[in-house]
Amino acid sequence: MTLTLSTLAMGLTTNLTIIDWLIMLVYFAFVLGTGFVLKRYMRTSTDFFLAGRRLPAWVCGLAFISANLGAQEVIGMGASGAKYGIATSQFYWIGAIPAMVFVGLFMMPFYYGSKARSVPEYLKLRYDEKTRAWNAGSFAVMTVFSSGISMYAMAILIQSLHVFDGLFLHLGLPLGWIFHFSVFLSAVVVLGYISLGGLTSAIYNEVLQFFLIVAGFLPLVWIGLKNVGGWHGIQRTLGPAYTHSWRGLAHANTNPLGTEWYALVFGLGFVLSFGYWCTDFLVIQSAMAAESQLAARRVPLIAAIPKMFFPFLVILPGLIAISIPVVGQHSLAQLQTAPVHAQNVAPSTAVVSDASSIPEGKGLIPVELDPLSGRVLRDNKGQPLLNYDLAIPNMLLHFFPTGILGLGLTALLASFMSGMAGNVTAFNTVWTYDIYQSYIHKGASDEHYLWMGRMATIGGIVLSIAAAYFVSSFNNIMDALQLVFSFVNAPLLATFLLGMFWKRTTGHGAFWGLMTGTFAAAVHTGLTLPADAPGVGIHGGWIAVLHVYPSTMAQNFWTAIWAFGVCIVLTIGLSLLTKPRKEEELVGLVYSLTPKPAEGHLLWYQKPMTLAIAVLAMLVVLNLVFL
Amino acid sequence: MGLDIRWPLGLLFFVTGGMMAVYGAVTHGSAIYEKSLSVDINLIWGLVLLAFGSFMLLLAWNARGRISDVPPVLTSSEEPPPRRTHGH
Repeated sequence: MTLTLSTLAMGLTTNLTIIDWLIMLVYFAFVLGTGFVLKRYMRTSTDFFLAGRRLPAWVCGLAFISANLGAQEVIGMGASGAKYGIATSQFYWIGAIPAMVFVGLFMMPFYYGSKARSVPEYLKLRYDEKTRAWNAGSFAVMTVFSSGISMYAMAILIQSLHVFDGLFLHLGLPLGWIFHFSVFLSAVVVLGYISLGGLTSAIYNEVLQFFLIVAGFLPLVWIGLKNVGGWHGIQRTLGPAYTHSWRGLAHANTNPLGTEWYALVFGLGFVLSFGYWCTDFLVIQSAMAAESQLAARRVPLIAAIPKMFFPFLVILPGLIAISIPVVGQHSLAQLQTAPVHAQNVAPSTAVVSDASSIPEGKGLIPVELDPLSGRVLRDNKGQPLLNYDLAIPNMLLHFFPTGILGLGLTALLASFMSGMAGNVTAFNTVWTYDIYQSYIHKGASDEHYLWMGRMATIGGIVLSIAAAYFVSSFNNIMDALQLVFSFVNAPLLATFLLGMFWKRTTGHGAFWGLMTGTFAAAVHTGLTLPADAPGVGIHGGWIAVLHVYPSTMAQNFWTAIWAFGVCIVLTIGLSLLTKPRKEEELVGLVYSLTPKPAEGHLLWYQKPMTLAIAVLAMLVVLNLVFL
Repeated sequence: MGLDIRWPLGLLFFVTGGMMAVYGAVTHGSAIYEKSLSVDINLIWGLVLLAFGSFMLLLAWNARGRISDVPPVLTSSEEPPPRRTHGH
């Protein structure tokens, strides 16, 4: 999900009052205070990196989904809801739930039971050093950039919503410093609570963030639905294409996603979804902090329950924003000058002065303006583009008076920071265990590695700041980075599935399969182009245009399918040609050689399988309701 | 892990909900609520958050002493978690 928050430049203005500031301050005080309280429990590196493996399943479960629920995700999902309708929910349903059930039932016993301390370490135990080195190195780079992108996006959002404008004007400081101040503030807060409380602090904050998102967005949906006449009102306004999740999927040209059902199921529902939820240490590390193997297996299953209802919190506001009858961009400007908004929303001068020459948007979604020239951006048919990323921020400003507005903004800030924190804790663990302890300084004391973990936290934050400024300095760099990350991630699933479920897979097969799969992803993108791309370039076709996909989403799904296919074929082929490891070395690492977790002492409703069946049944019901 | 998360969670929502509810009561009927379709959202939602925070605090209060530094009870299929301490 690509998000260009820089296009928020024409956003609304908000003048916060004392109650909004107080709510934000209380949140920051709790975040740092929790870190201080947890510091006295950080005695060993296991406490710091793995939360002592003593957290209950429900806490890890909420952190499991919150690690993924950064504000970029929230804003991006609201934007996609406005653009594609309720079909976006597939990212939360078929694109997450089956994978979460699978990782809980079948993969967690290997991650937790193998005593690996990280996902790259599992690869070392199962395969060899070079496979771990590739995964650890690429993952470390990706976490730093992801954290930097979160930091950058947060600073741009704060700047665009003019959150600190009043404060800076009051203090006589130049408004140009707000970006730097926002980067510095988020860096200090995240550094503070992670270096104090390690992974526990990050997980606790992810749980706080989970409840804050619910607390901030639930009233938004309530008031929003009230305004548009409920779900039936949305159905009447937007029609069936927006309000059914499977309609028109028989053919790529008959649905807003631009993809067929089989590409959706195999590309998103299998390769991308399983690849992320089953192999990404960013989410897996929350489950590895659980108090027992049984708890670790329950973590993704517990997480799946709120996950499947999150579309109603983050995607539905996008649909509401686009179905509100009154406002286009003129009306937005008018709204801003209306007396009721005088206290919280001041008109942005740029918007008001240009209002007469700017075409109408749709609902609360304004047209997209070039941030530099201020001109309206148009597609290749001359139609103005809509700035969907403003769906959620505009909803907050449109419906929330001062007071609850502070809560809504705090929820967004919390998401940004916990998105950063999850990346930083994943980075400090992988750096300390998989890079520093493995290649730089072996055999040091536990205190030394605990110290290194704290240093790695500082290093990770400094690198994130550098990444944030790097992203802000180059056009399209965010798109380019996310594209490279997708190449690296696409084939990983094949490597893990073969490693866990086929004992014959060898380290050489896995490593070269992974390399070739990544290369195949890059080549596929270089040879294809989505129809909605402005032209050959970052979106594809840089080698030659052999095929045009109806949408970027379809191109992403097929890139993942190709990468997975090439990786699995090559890994199997090379494994058959190379010498396998002895079976006794693979006990606890491969399904067929590992005793199944004993569940005889559990009652039927305590078994992970029962929970898994209940979760899948709920998923089926939700899909039937929104068929 | 020593600190039961329901303490900070409960306190955060108790304090935030309390502030919103008081603010909502003071500004009840004000023009600021035209945005939220004349619903005093601060008062209503503040009370909801206050109730949620109180409930979490109650759970934490009831569980005090039970959640401590003692290692969890392990099932027969599980080995103790790795405790890498200095010198071992």
